[in-house]
Amino acid sequence: MFRNRGDVVFWIVLGAVLLAGFGVTQTIANEYYYTAIYAILQATIMAVAWNILGGFTGYVNFGSAAFFAIGAYTAVALDKWLGLPMPFLIAASAAVCGLMGLGVGYLTLRLKGVYFAIATLAMAIVLETLINNWDYVGAAKGVYILTPEKVPFFSSYIQLLFMVMLALTLGSIAISRYLNASRIGRGLAAIRDDEVAAECAGVPTLRLKLISTTLMGAMMGVAGAPYPFFVTFVDPISAFNLFVAVNSIAMPMIGGTAHWIGPVIGALLVGGAQEVITVTVSSELNVLIVGIMLVLFITLAPQGIVGLVQKWMKRRKR
Amino acid sequence: MSAPILKVSGVSKRFGGFTALDGIELELGASERLGLIGPNGSGKTTLINCISGALTNDAGSIVFEGQDITRLPPHRRAALGVARSFQIPKPFRSMTVLENLRVPLEYAARGRTERRRIDADALEVLELIGLKNRAHDSSAGLTQVDMRKLELARALAAKPKLLVSDEAMAGLSSSEVDEILEILLALNGRGVAVIMIEHIMRAVMGFAQRLVVLDAGRKIADGTPQDIIRNPDVERAYLGE
Repeated sequence: MFRNRGDVVFWIVLGAVLLAGFGVTQTIANEYYYTAIYAILQATIMAVAWNILGGFTGYVNFGSAAFFAIGAYTAVALDKWLGLPMPFLIAASAAVCGLMGLGVGYLTLRLKGVYFAIATLAMAIVLETLINNWDYVGAAKGVYILTPEKVPFFSSYIQLLFMVMLALTLGSIAISRYLNASRIGRGLAAIRDDEVAAECAGVPTLRLKLISTTLMGAMMGVAGAPYPFFVTFVDPISAFNLFVAVNSIAMPMIGGTAHWIGPVIGALLVGGAQEVITVTVSSELNVLIVGIMLVLFITLAPQGIVGLVQKWMKRRKR
Repeated sequence: MSAPILKVSGVSKRFGGFTALDGIELELGASERLGLIGPNGSGKTTLINCISGALTNDAGSIVFEGQDITRLPPHRRAALGVARSFQIPKPFRSMTVLENLRVPLEYAARGRTERRRIDADALEVLELIGLKNRAHDSSAGLTQVDMRKLELARALAAKPKLLVSDEAMAGLSSSEVDEILEILLALNGRGVAVIMIEHIMRAVMGFAQRLVVLDAGRKIADGTPQDIIRNPDVERAYLGE
């Protein structure tokens, strides 16, 4: 865990953020803040997860909303059927969406580039139709979730979920960071750069791609599991929202895809801006803002914010 | 010839109705230098694709060091010691030159490389190839000849027993061809068997101990370079009747 000084700093920061989050729940009662930060945390997990396949491995997934929604609906269905507690629901969503990711991984055998992206988008549409017709989880009209009135340690269920989400977010960042610097991470980078050459250099490309898609799916499922309980109502339109998929792509692109911190920066920046704009300007306009930011970054700084900083540091060294 | 390191028996490959390879027989001794020549479209690249695993042959078998590798995926063959370089260089563009070599050292040569020796091994290969001064440069910014060298360096970093070099010299100047030839000879001097596909006759003739000639998917000649140039079948394949 502590291989060098960077590791120590990383874990101290993680611990500090978690403590700060707990501190917030003990001092602030206004639920708006939790709703806003929860949205940013959820977007962060999605962005970090998308980046494992999109940034590290080089396969663009347009169907992120499907993983998120299936994660949410797995939790809804198991809650209704067995009434399992939250940790089990999260684990179950991770397992189901991980399997979904594994299936998508096999698509990479035949589909690359834009064809893979289209296939993932198509998968999302198929799954949305499925949920739209599944009465047990409310079908197209959606389903209300009852949440407990009282919880231990926190003054509301919202605050508890907020802490759960914060811990999950930090966990997903830690996984992504570890992967980025690992032998597997270097194998994934080789696949991204040239799959044929990677295979000839001894990289088991299929196995690594399956690891990548499975991990991505599981993490997106984890992001989706607490969502129905946080908003207490979920329907296919909100769960399969294209905006979820667009955000998952835009945030890593804006932050920078090659480095683990890129999607985190992107999610904090774009997610933060969205929350501010929703309150100060309008909730419709924030979609436009993301679009403009994405276009600007893709044309002017394709390596994202991380790339800009790296370029700047290199210039300073000279 | 010492015990064969590679034995290709009856290998055929069809693409739809087109027969690219037709019952190829080939044996290669350990640390032998073999030149593979033939007119365009004769099946040279298809054959080495079958040897390296990029393609799977329809019939016949490929045995490497006594092990049947016919059905193994390329990464398993790389781990056993079959390395190849590509005709069009395929560097890992997001990585530096040194990082490019880390990939085969960490994967293909895993178990044959100590973890803490990886950077040292990579630098040693770069020294041999003559790319050491570019070790920390981005691989995307290399010149054409340096890209070819990186291609060979990466194949070498897999610590192969057999290197298949696919037109490593096409498009290079005469002095650059000599540089690459020297590298291949140095490699062979370390006991690595080399199969060289090359259109530059001066290079193949100078390098190969033995030549195999393919024409329209068949092996039409196999012998020393001196015998091959006097072979009437070869002359016909290259120049027509």
